[in-house]
Amino acid sequence: MSDLLTFHFDVDGDDFTSAGQASVQIKKSLRQLGIAPETIRRVSIAMYEGEINMVIHAGGGEADVSVNENEVIITLTDHGPGIPNIEQAMQEGFSTAPDAIRSLGFGAGMGLPNMKRYSDYMDIQSEVGKGTTITMKVNI
Amino acid sequence: MTVNDLLEKVNDFSGVVLSEPEREIQGVYIGDLLSWVMGKAQSGDAWITIMSNVNTLAVATLADTACIVLAEGVSLDDGVKETAEEKGINVISTSLSAYEAAVKLHQVL
Repeated sequence: MSDLLTFHFDVDGDDFTSAGQASVQIKKSLRQLGIAPETIRRVSIAMYEGEINMVIHAGGGEADVSVNENEVIITLTDHGPGIPNIEQAMQEGFSTAPDAIRSLGFGAGMGLPNMKRYSDYMDIQSEVGKGTTITMKVNI
Repeated sequence: MTVNDLLEKVNDFSGVVLSEPEREIQGVYIGDLLSWVMGKAQSGDAWITIMSNVNTLAVATLADTACIVLAEGVSLDDGVKETAEEKGINVISTSLSAYEAAVKLHQVL
């Protein structure tokens, strides 16, 4: 199955305020492809949560998105501290975000649960001290 | 009801950034935790919040809300205002509390 489109973004770890640029760009591009609004919403929210996570926890990372006839595939890769306990991290409300991040309205422990909720498939590969790679697929 | 209609009907609300004044308001959501809002707000909602940073705008764009309603007299910084204009987001402000703003919306929607 050939990809119709692929995108690559570097997510800047120092700039919390610009986090989301990749997701907003993807939203625009998917709209141009004529993909259903609810699908676009799911993709862009899942991706934004992932971007924010990389900025908060991992000092940034990379986001790759590919679109084929059947699905949108989002791969988020960082070289941050890794997730020691994925099961715990997946629980709604569990958060290790610092207070400064909470005061901006994030760190509610909803990031990973939202990513799971809005994708049709999600896989987390993480090694403590090495980094994390998350793959999400959203059916079109 | 459109964002413009709302501003005409309810004196307590004033327009801060009106990029898409004819956008239809279909519901209301209240929340300040951005991830929570992203998970729960529906497309077309008027989103009542006291958060006015640039991430608020990203959430409004991604969740596709009809407008942001800044409650409790919260204002937008000039930089954030410019970004809202660039992103085509509607922002309304009110001195009412989130609860009072929601009651007003309920009366007119």
